[in-house]
Amino acid sequence: MNAFSHAQSGNAYNFGFLDEYAKKEVRRAILKAIAIPGYQVPYASREMPMGRGFGTGGLQLTLSLIGPEEILKVIDQGSDDSVNAVNLRHFIEMTCPGVSTTTKTTECTLIQSRHRIPELPLTSNQIVVLQVPYPDPLVVVEPSEDKRKTMHGEADYSRLLVKLYEDIVKFDEITISHRYPTRINGHYVIDPSPIPRWDVPKLNASAALILFGAGREKKIYAVPPHTKAEPLAFSDVPFRVEDFRDEHGHRRACTRCGCTDSFLDEFAADSGSKTYQCSDSDWCDEQMLLARQTEGEPA
Amino acid sequence: MNKILEVRNLSKIYGPGCPLCLESTGPEADTNLCPHCGSVVAIHDVSFDLFEGEILGVMGESGSGKSTVVKNLYFDQAPSSGEAIFYDRDKQHDLFALNAAQQRWLRNHRFGMVYQNPHLGLNFNISAGGNIAERLLMSDLMDYGAIRERAKALLARTEVLLSRVDDLPKNFSGGMQQRVQIAKALATQPPLLFLDEVTTGLDLSVQARILDLILEIQQELKTAMVVVTHDLGVIRLLTGRAIVMKYGRVIEAGLTDQILEDPQHAYTQRLVASAL
Repeated sequence: MNAFSHAQSGNAYNFGFLDEYAKKEVRRAILKAIAIPGYQVPYASREMPMGRGFGTGGLQLTLSLIGPEEILKVIDQGSDDSVNAVNLRHFIEMTCPGVSTTTKTTECTLIQSRHRIPELPLTSNQIVVLQVPYPDPLVVVEPSEDKRKTMHGEADYSRLLVKLYEDIVKFDEITISHRYPTRINGHYVIDPSPIPRWDVPKLNASAALILFGAGREKKIYAVPPHTKAEPLAFSDVPFRVEDFRDEHGHRRACTRCGCTDSFLDEFAADSGSKTYQCSDSDWCDEQMLLARQTEGEPA
Repeated sequence: MNKILEVRNLSKIYGPGCPLCLESTGPEADTNLCPHCGSVVAIHDVSFDLFEGEILGVMGESGSGKSTVVKNLYFDQAPSSGEAIFYDRDKQHDLFALNAAQQRWLRNHRFGMVYQNPHLGLNFNISAGGNIAERLLMSDLMDYGAIRERAKALLARTEVLLSRVDDLPKNFSGGMQQRVQIAKALATQPPLLFLDEVTTGLDLSVQARILDLILEIQQELKTAMVVVTHDLGVIRLLTGRAIVMKYGRVIEAGLTDQILEDPQHAYTQRLVASAL
């Protein structure tokens, strides 16, 4: 198999950079993660030609899953063009000859992402791979991994809920902006990587498989398709997403495409004024294209 | 009266243990350290019954194994051998045969513990209200408003100023910390409460108020309690029955008045004589 891949790729590296045994191990971890939704499966995170913390966990998942027929999209905080996304895409193009890449969410079959899930609803033939810095949501309340494992096993998340209680006491609402602890399939609570609250509901009953890879912490976990994902909350203080209202209570719109139902990034101008733009660059482009088409119709 | 707890032949040995451990330790040997293998026989062959709404005293000097008894029953430690049966309404739980999750469930729902050192019972990095909320959340109450109301009611009941509900326990006085601990232990209205040296180290007026509080709670809620203390005053005030321990063994058991007025064992006689 190795010889075949070498001959195909025509360079010194195996297809997908990792050797086949490494890929196999990652795939086995993925299967286990899918079988036990939300459970953090340990795996032997390999050395990658980049620093841990730069998406090595996600990259190993992507490289283990990718085949020549795959169409890949790489995003970093919603953007296809940021340094991290561009470098990762180049690396994968280099080590996986024949793989095509795209920036279009509609076209891709595999998405490696940092900090965002695309706005466009995903389909059942797509897989999302998220890069994870801190896989364990309990790390904020319990330093010992041994005890954390027991707490996960017994679904003992009361100390996490106390954090939420303390937040409401101090600030009248839950102030976790990203990495919102989310209960998967009624048992394990995961750290859904630093996606904003806006993206948390997308985990619930998602048509696409969502995989999480932590390279430094050596953990893989998954939200399988059509699986329940509930953000932790109180029955009388429900979870809510960012509302992007201005001081008059109006929903802000993207200054580029005018969209009012996407996650917005805030940009501060030198003058001190703030502008808002869609965080998902492909979504923004699509909205502009749509607007142009509808404008063009009457003419 | 219904039995709530039945403890039989409870033993805890720290160390490897050897066949000579038991005969070479205890009150007669005047040590709990086995001279042959170096193991500490913390408790051996402790048996007692506890009935609904009753307060049982466990007294003895430091190192006699008093705290080890309640730590084992509250699952802080696992005993070396022995049996304890908890009668919960119409159900029976063989405490040491349960798995970790079942033990945690009992701990959170049906038992309460107040430690001598508030650091063990409270999380000092979250507010007093949060500490009580933690216990309520453990017992699956998920309504913020209801949790808040319960926390306030409990703190009011244990005479903690309501204006301090959201303060950190580390900014509280020792007596207040102890009252927050009691409130936390009572949060789920447990039928069984363990009190480990609750008043030790507090000044006399604060001691008196906490003891009053414990008595009132016992009258109101009919909570059964195991009170561990070396303070004979506390034993006399709170408990109906008591056991006296020395070097890990129970040397005397009976009605508190009887033990204090007419001690049978030489050690108990010395203990009572020295205190009164």
